[in-house]
Amino acid sequence: MTIDPDSILIKNIKEKFGQSILDTVVFRNEATHLVKKDSLIEICNFLKDDPALQFNFLSDIAGADYFPKKPRFEVVYHLYSIPKKHRLRLKVTIGEDETVPSVTSIWKGADWAERETYDMFGIAFEGHPNLKRIYMPEEWEGFPLRKDYPLKGYKDRYNPLGEEK
Amino acid sequence: MTNTEEVITKEITLNMGPQHPSTHGVLHLLLDIKGENIIKAYPDIGYLHRGTEKIAENLLYHQFVPYTDRLDYMSAMSNNLAYVQAVEKLLGIEVTERAKYIRVAAAELSRIASHLLCIGAWALDLGAMTVLLYAFREREMVLDLFEMLCGARMTLNYLRVGGARYDIQPAFKEKCLEFVNMLPARINDYEQLLTENRIWLKRNKAVGVISAEDAINLGMSGPIVRGAGVKWDIRKDEPYLVYDRFDFDIPVGENGDCFDRYTVRMEEMRQAAKIVRQALEQLPDGKPCIDMPDVVLPPRRDIETNMEELIHHFKLISHGFKVPKGEAYSAIESPKGELGFYIVSDGSERPFRLKIRAPSFVNLQAINPMCKGAYLADVIAVVSSLDPVFGEADK
Repeated sequence: MTIDPDSILIKNIKEKFGQSILDTVVFRNEATHLVKKDSLIEICNFLKDDPALQFNFLSDIAGADYFPKKPRFEVVYHLYSIPKKHRLRLKVTIGEDETVPSVTSIWKGADWAERETYDMFGIAFEGHPNLKRIYMPEEWEGFPLRKDYPLKGYKDRYNPLGEEK
Repeated sequence: MTNTEEVITKEITLNMGPQHPSTHGVLHLLLDIKGENIIKAYPDIGYLHRGTEKIAENLLYHQFVPYTDRLDYMSAMSNNLAYVQAVEKLLGIEVTERAKYIRVAAAELSRIASHLLCIGAWALDLGAMTVLLYAFREREMVLDLFEMLCGARMTLNYLRVGGARYDIQPAFKEKCLEFVNMLPARINDYEQLLTENRIWLKRNKAVGVISAEDAINLGMSGPIVRGAGVKWDIRKDEPYLVYDRFDFDIPVGENGDCFDRYTVRMEEMRQAAKIVRQALEQLPDGKPCIDMPDVVLPPRRDIETNMEELIHHFKLISHGFKVPKGEAYSAIESPKGELGFYIVSDGSERPFRLKIRAPSFVNLQAINPMCKGAYLADVIAVVSSLDPVFGEADK
């Protein structure tokens, strides 16, 4: 199935949320919508409940750091519909001190994925029931997957080869 | 002490793991229990976190393949496959027909290896040691097959962007067919030991129940969501490689309990053996790698005998290859569920961002809903039935 501009993945969503869709890209047969942060929850609810789309499965949430570009972060949602067998990618861009609304109320599976994004990038999700670090120790300083975080980590008593702060 | 005195059961928090034989690695569970009843099960993970995604951003595309072996180390082939497929998707290349068949056979063998370990360790955890020994006997055969295929047994590093490292040899084909023809009878043996075993039934039936709706909402995939009755398998629903050419079934359960997840896995092994047999019987002639010198390394023999090939090899190893700017997500049905790689490329030789959608990580979220209200002993069955591998869950 190739995705063209008339595909329901693009047309239906653009018709409903024309104002909130900032950009639409189709690359390697995958549709990506860059959406406004404020309408994320509304769009996600629509995608899940619309009978033609039925995105009932949240595959993953990923963060990405485009430092030093501003706004620096992107949060990427990978959605899949088990009944309709199609995929869609949603993106929101945010700055360093901003928060993203949590989608845990729509897909419960977003819980750990959002915690992971918080742990690795320091992106806070508003409305998340338990936003704590998941991989790193709770007292860890810094967010490892940020581009300005050194590969070797920072120097401390456990990491003599790390970089000076 | 008089008999009229009331016994008060206090609520306590029990730490299970990270060093515990039944937690399949380094799972640390915080269990709020009252007597023997679980009030809340809270998984604490990250003990094996190695920062694989950060490492990937600093490596050339082909250098990352060995790291994928160390994710789900019980089925390294599936990880190799998921990663190289994502890179190939970004590059926009399609591998040769022969490579596709080789990949299917390799991935299904690793599914058998992974499920054998899952069933064996699960039975061991619930007190049936024989099954583990039997399962390891067969797993050993799969590992021997991998050794014939690529020289390694666990960390295989076999698939590469553009194909596979080595071609399938006739001796491997013969041995492999022998194995997959024998396997169904062996699976019957395990079934005889377990499926109607009273202890096995008591400890797995109606334990760790999850409904289809909850499983989907929680992001479960693989045998867990199929055990709950959802007929969803990426091999069928979004066929990659040549899965659409083979005849195989997707087993599903009804109740979503541990026992259904067990039967699903047993049947999946039979189906995997069937797929391997078909793939090897229909194996077309051709090369294991595509003809694309700027991505694919020259064959070993040419490097040793030909100066130009040696230079080319050196150049490719040290400089890598550029991948067009863009992003792609590619998912496969790994033994544990949906294993996906999301790669953002900035047009250079290294991924700008690489995100692993690890099925074990997502599936672990089900521990609390599955264990709530159950007995302490059920936690063991639930953890085994989720089959988490921490190389993958902790990345």
